[in-house]
Amino acid sequence: MKFLRLTLLIASKDLRSEFRTKETLNASLSFALAILVLFSFAFDPDSDMIRQIAGGLLWMVFAFSSALILNRGFAREVPNDCLDTLIASPVSGAQLFLGKTVANYVLLLLVEAVSLPVFGVFYNANWARRIGLLALVFILAAWALAVMGTMFSALTVNLRLRELMLPALLYPALVPALMAAIQLTNLLIAGDTVGKEDQIWFRLLAGFDAIFTLLGLALAETVFVG
Amino acid sequence: MRNPILYLFAAVAAVLLAWDLYQVFMILPDELNQGMIYRIIYFHVPAAMVAFAAFFASLVASAGYLTTKEMRYDSFSASAIEVGFVFATVNLVTGSIWGRIIWGIWWTWDARLTSMFVCWLLYAAYLLLRRAIDEPAQRARLSAVLSIFAFTDVVIVWKSIEWWRTQHPGPVLSIRGGGGMAPGMQAPLYWNALALALLATILLVLRMRQEAARREIDSLRRQAYAL
Repeated sequence: MKFLRLTLLIASKDLRSEFRTKETLNASLSFALAILVLFSFAFDPDSDMIRQIAGGLLWMVFAFSSALILNRGFAREVPNDCLDTLIASPVSGAQLFLGKTVANYVLLLLVEAVSLPVFGVFYNANWARRIGLLALVFILAAWALAVMGTMFSALTVNLRLRELMLPALLYPALVPALMAAIQLTNLLIAGDTVGKEDQIWFRLLAGFDAIFTLLGLALAETVFVG
Repeated sequence: MRNPILYLFAAVAAVLLAWDLYQVFMILPDELNQGMIYRIIYFHVPAAMVAFAAFFASLVASAGYLTTKEMRYDSFSASAIEVGFVFATVNLVTGSIWGRIIWGIWWTWDARLTSMFVCWLLYAAYLLLRRAIDEPAQRARLSAVLSIFAFTDVVIVWKSIEWWRTQHPGPVLSIRGGGGMAPGMQAPLYWNALALALLATILLVLRMRQEAARREIDSLRRQAYAL
């Protein structure tokens, strides 16, 4: 119980400071919208085309705009030696990691919740046909982004080339989760059912989440303290 | 390289490779459907085996470093990944050539090829990360964590031909329960794998010595500053 309380304390601290300035959220959202606009020049968005590329487009937008949020997660603790203070505080590495992950997760879900309707309007896509399963995909895949992103931003926070290293590490590591999310989003936005053949993608997403959450929790202390 | 065991390894590897090349090009017949190009399997598959063995060795050494904090584990882990990375590249390139002949395309985004490419990217990122960190203990710690994370993708590559219906063929070796390949054709493959593994071991030992020498130079330099 105490574990969760301290975890939520970290998460709420992060979210509170984010919502006071909204700097990361605004930057990430406007970046997401800018990519959505740019993609409309890359191809002619008719309805057939949208069926084929909706998943790829959306997850490309989320993956890129999330990098802004994830980078800031730990970078904001660097001035004034806040990160050292957090590490020295009675909060364990795993709690700090999980708290940061939850805060990033909430922000990512917010960005997704705003971008999806905007995508629907810009590209004339009826995305709400299988909203329940689509929400499940978003919930699982956003957690994958949050957990991997938080881990790698913790790894890179003290490096000279922080902003350059995070994408180089994060995107290859995310490929299995993004691949699954893209396949499922394509199916669900087209209004198709998830057949037996495609259930592997759900299993992949769930497995990815479980494995990397556990790995992250196990290795967090090592990453922060050594 | 003054170590006689390394010379022995090199000699055995050279003899094995020469004998295998003779077997593969002079003795074995063309394959029924693919003709001559199938022979690339004798390098394509062993290179993957050696790469994965090296990545696994790095995983074990990384766990070793995190528990003991001994720098030799870090040198081992980094050397294994460098060597494994080369063999992974050999695997990708030979696979691409094979694909061009048999499928008519250099590359396709099926699960096996994609996950292998991702694996290659991840270990490239590992090498990048090592370059970006100057402090040895921090470098060792963070790259050990990354090595553990990256290895999960090796499992995905290995299992991908069972989990998905891929353009890449399923298991053909009998040790993996496939057994599609004729036993006479399998033997040179295992011998080649052994030869490449010996070669990888030699490279790894040499690379580890370089790392040890570099650590020594670093510590001498620090001492010189201190004086």
